[in-house]
This record gives sequence, structure tokens and C-alpha cells, in this order.
Amino acid sequence: MQSVGALSGIHYLHLQIASAIGNNNADNLYLLFKHASFYDVLNYAYFTGKAKKRSTMLQTQNLTYTYTGGSPIKFPDFRCEKNEHWLLLGQSGTGKTTLLHLLGGLLTPTSGDVSVDGTSLPALGQGQLDKFRGRRIGIIFQEAHFVKALTVGENLLLAQKLAGVRPDKSRAEELLGRLNLNNKFAKKPEQLSVGERQRVAIARALVNRPSVILADEPTSALDDHNCQEVATLLAEQANMAEATLLIVTHDNRLKERFAKRIELND
Amino acid sequence: MNLLSLSWKNIVNKPLSMTLSLVLFGLGVGLISLLLLLNTQLEEKFEANLAGIDLVIGAKGSPLQLILSSMYHIDSPTGNVSIAEVKPFLNPKHPLIKTAVPLSLGDSYKGYRIVGTTPEFVDLYEGRPAQGEVFEHTMEVTLGATVAAALELETGSTFQSSHGFVQDDNLIHDHETPFTVVGVLEPTGSVVDQLILTNTQSVWAVHGHEAGAAEAEEEHEHEEGEAHDHEHEQEAVKPLTEYPDEDITSLLIRFKGRNFQALNMQRSINENTDMQAATPAIEINRLYNLIGVGAEALRWLAIIIVIVSGLSIFISLYSSLRDRRYELALMRTMGGSRGFLFGMIILEGLILAVLGYAIGISLSHLGMEALAGNLSDSYRYTFTGWRFLSEEWLLLAGALGIGFVAAILPAIQASRTDIHKTLAEG
Repeated sequence: MQSVGALSGIHYLHLQIASAIGNNNADNLYLLFKHASFYDVLNYAYFTGKAKKRSTMLQTQNLTYTYTGGSPIKFPDFRCEKNEHWLLLGQSGTGKTTLLHLLGGLLTPTSGDVSVDGTSLPALGQGQLDKFRGRRIGIIFQEAHFVKALTVGENLLLAQKLAGVRPDKSRAEELLGRLNLNNKFAKKPEQLSVGERQRVAIARALVNRPSVILADEPTSALDDHNCQEVATLLAEQANMAEATLLIVTHDNRLKERFAKRIELND
Repeated sequence: MNLLSLSWKNIVNKPLSMTLSLVLFGLGVGLISLLLLLNTQLEEKFEANLAGIDLVIGAKGSPLQLILSSMYHIDSPTGNVSIAEVKPFLNPKHPLIKTAVPLSLGDSYKGYRIVGTTPEFVDLYEGRPAQGEVFEHTMEVTLGATVAAALELETGSTFQSSHGFVQDDNLIHDHETPFTVVGVLEPTGSVVDQLILTNTQSVWAVHGHEAGAAEAEEEHEHEEGEAHDHEHEQEAVKPLTEYPDEDITSLLIRFKGRNFQALNMQRSINENTDMQAATPAIEINRLYNLIGVGAEALRWLAIIIVIVSGLSIFISLYSSLRDRRYELALMRTMGGSRGFLFGMIILEGLILAVLGYAIGISLSHLGMEALAGNLSDSYRYTFTGWRFLSEEWLLLAGALGIGFVAAILPAIQASRTDIHKTLAEG
């Protein structure tokens, strides 16, 4: 274990030196050796490297949000590791959707921090945040909405395009196939059933291989059959994508299936 | 899935809501473009037919009428002047005059005007024979390119002329010797294309023959008839000054130089003779000013239509945002930047403008082509709908400008979409 860490540390140091040389930045290289012993550098590099590899995908600290004219909503601290599936539970009015939007970078917290895969969202600029969200966070909403002018397939390709990922038709088709939507690529979203639409929304959330999947009441509009199917698909697909899944819900049908819970209270 | 195709699909997805804007925009652009086309082709016609002519001398009357009839062949002549009166101007040694070309008007063949003149007339308009030669002897005619093509006449064809400018079987001259085509001119782009040219004596001969029925002038007319017969024996044509008693319609004059004396000549003719002299450039400017008011009013109307259509594009884009609020928020959550949404809406405005422009340009060119036949008849000039002007690029730039301005507020609105609020409201 130690040797692997040391190895990665040396590797990291090499990278630092290489990048300093590569950037033709003699000052950086000089500072690197002036202010730190070789051991210090190695140690620093080891922990940084380890920090990069840690598996906490979603973490909040002292998170609060205040609506204009309202009192601050305080959210509990929590951390979700890689491959874990979580439920976010709470009565209406406890700020579930607000928290989901804070986690998804759709809303900037009044105070505190949200980090996704080690990146602090409030620290990102607007443009960086947009790109980060597109690539690393997949969001599924209560009602599946789409760009109406586009077909199902085009909606998936648009998700890639917007995230700055090279549009890949075979990836989109593969995902649709996995979600049992084989022949729906060229269909308009309005031609699909509610259940099918929710599956397309899942496909769209997964298309860029995100690290975190956030789902806002994904089953509330579905009947029992579709609800179970969507829950199964979400869990399966999150596993396959090695992503962390967080489902915001007050749907009792889901409580039986997911053990890890965050509860919001008034 | 790029921005352009996304904007395009957004428009195509709701074609009805955009139709009114498009039709309005197309109408406005079409009207402006049609005015441009008409104006350009008319001005070109007037320019091409100026032919360096400094002065037109003819019978007293409206100077504009004199210019229109003698230079553009679109109005009735003012009357006749006698050779005796214009004799000084026909003198080749005149100190001020470089060229003086006589015109005798009043006859036509199948609606195309016959002009009795001298071969110098062809030189004025820089005409060159495409086949055959320029008329020389009496009863020989040379055809303008359009006439030859329209009437399917060629060298060697013969025909009888008709009195007046409209084809009327009762007015056909019953002259013994028909006109014989000896040549066809290359297209010049000027009024010559629409004319049938012959020498002055031919016109006299035709009318002489007709008037021969009138007893009072029998003898004189008989002489004319003889003269006409002689020419068929290839006798040299005598200069016009040999016939002081005959009439011509007008005289086209080119000065040696535009000096004070030359300018004075016009005043002197108007004040001291029974004839009038008119300057083509001045009369044509007067004409522009007269028809300019109408054209100006139409132009403003077109501009107002375009502005209203811009407003209508603005309204349809703005109201489409309400339907697409959720979509816009969704695109933001999928990583779309504010700039992307801004660009998407702007592009929708621009696409509408380009479509409207395309509709307008098609309308104006098709309309122009449809009008061309009528216009060519009444203006003695070939019009076409298949000419494209550099101003039309300016028009495109203007259309894009309007599309941009119409889209800018909706685009700003779209880029400011509050993701959280929109999504939370579902």
C-alpha cells in the first residue's frame, strides 16, 4: 500500500516537474525546490494524489440557502461515496428540491459548500459550472421534459453537444437499447408513453457518463409497474456507469428498495 | 446537432406561428426589391438612350413630350417642322453642331415604330449590323434586334407599314413597294432594339403615295412616287436639304463642345423660331422628380411593412419563449451556457429574416418577370426579372439586421432563464 502510494507520489512529482518545464516556467521549478525538501514535495504530492483518487462523489458542508425574504434553510452535512445509492426523504416544504438544485449546481448556496467528485461547485465560474454540470452530473426530473422540436435521439445528442462532448450516435443508440427503447431514436418525445419518456430521461442523464445522478421524484407520476421498472433501471444503470445515485422522493414504494437515506426535517 | 440545425428545427416545429411574420417580411422585402429593380432598369434605359444627345429640336409643345417621343419613342410627337426651318442645323459646316440626325415619326409595323432618319442615327446608339447592313436606299429598312426576334423578320423580308402607332388594319399604307429588310442590328440595350429604321425619304414616299389620292397634291406626290421608284434603281439618295417643302418630326443634335454659345442656341431657338429646343438631361430629371414622389411613397410603405414584420418576428419569438421555458432551463441543466441560449434565439431571428428575404426576392423577381412583357410594350425597352443587383446584398444585410434586432430582447430573456425557479415550478 505504502509503496503504491510512494510510486504514485513520485509519478505526481514527475508530472509537476514536467508541467513546470513544459510551461517553460523556470520560476515554478525553482520554487518547487527552494521552499520544500525533496521529502516534503514527495509527501505533498502523495496526499494530493490520494485526494484525487478518493471516492467521495457528493459532499455537503454547512450548506444553507436563503430565499429572498425567507428564513435560511439549513441542510445536514452528508457524503455519498462512489457506487452508492441514496434516498433523500422529507415532507414537502422541507427543501428537497432546493437541496437537489444546490447539489446539481442549478442554485448557488448562500453559505457552505457542495462538492461533486472533489470539485467545489460554488467555487466554479458560471461557464465552468455549466460545462461541469453537463459532463459530471446527470439530472432526472419529476416530469420528463424534452426539447420538443427534436426527436428522442436528437435530444440525447443535444445533451452531449451541450456538455461539450463530441456527439456520438452509437452511444445514444446503445443507451436507448439498454433501456428497451430500441426503435424510438427517430420518434418525437410526445409520441412516447409516460413510462417511455421517463426512460428516455434516464438515458439522457446517463449519456455523458456522469459521476453523479440526481433524480427528482422520478416515479411520482408513474404507476406501480412503471415505478418498479424505473427504480430498477436507475439502480442498474448507476451501477453500470459506476455513478453515485441520489433520488429525491417521498414515494414509499422506493423506501423498500434503498437503504441509505438522508432525511430532511422542518 | 449544431446550433444552426437546432434553431432551424425550433422554427420548423411551429411553422404556423411564424407564417405571418414570414409573409409580412417577404412582402416588405419584395416591394423594396421590386422598386429597386424597376428603378434601376428604368434609369438604365433613360441613361442608355441619352446617347450623348445635347438638344432635340422639334415643333412647339411640351418639351417633355418632345424628348419622350423623339428619344424614348413612348409618346406622340409634338408635330412637324419643315426642312426649310431646320436647314441651318443640317448644314455640316455649322460651327457648333457635330451631328444633326433628322427623325420622321408616325408610322409603325405591328406595334413597332418606324423611324425615318439617316444612317447616322445608328451611330448615335453605337448600333452594328448583326446581319445584312444599315439601310441606305429608300424603302430599305434595318431592324432593331428585339423587333427582328419578335416579328421573326430577317434580311430579305418585306412588309407594309401602318399609319399611327397602333396596329389597325384600316390604317395600313397601301404602298406599291413594300419595305424590304436589308439588315438586323445587334442588341444595343437602348431603344434602337425596339425600332424599325429607314431613311426619311421612305416615310415621305409612303405618305406621298397615300396622299396621292388627294387631288390637290396629286402632282407633287406623283413626283415622290417617282423618286421612290428611282431609288430602286440604286440611285444615290439626295440630301434632305434638297426638299425644303417636306416635313420632319424632330432633329437630334450633338454639339461639338458644351460651351456658352451652344447653350445659348437653345434659348435662341425657343425665343426666335416657331420651333422648340429641349435638353434631354433636364427633361428626364423633371420626369424623375414627377414619378419620384410615387416611388418614394411606395418605398416608405415597404419600409413600414418590413418594420412591422420585424415587430411580428419579435412577438412570435417572445411568445414562443413562454412555451419553451422548461426546455430552456433543461438545456441549461444539460450544460448549455447562457451564450448558447442567446445564440439559439438570435439565430432563430436571423433564419426567419433570411427566409423572409428569400420569399421577398423570389416574389420581386417573379413579379418583375411577369411585368416585363407589359413594361417592354409601354416603355420600348426590354425588362427582365432575372437581373440581380448589388443593392440586393445590401437588402440582405438590412434583413439580417432587422432579424437580429427583433431577436435580441427574446435572446436576452432566454439567456436569463432562472433554472431553479423554472424547474421547481415544473
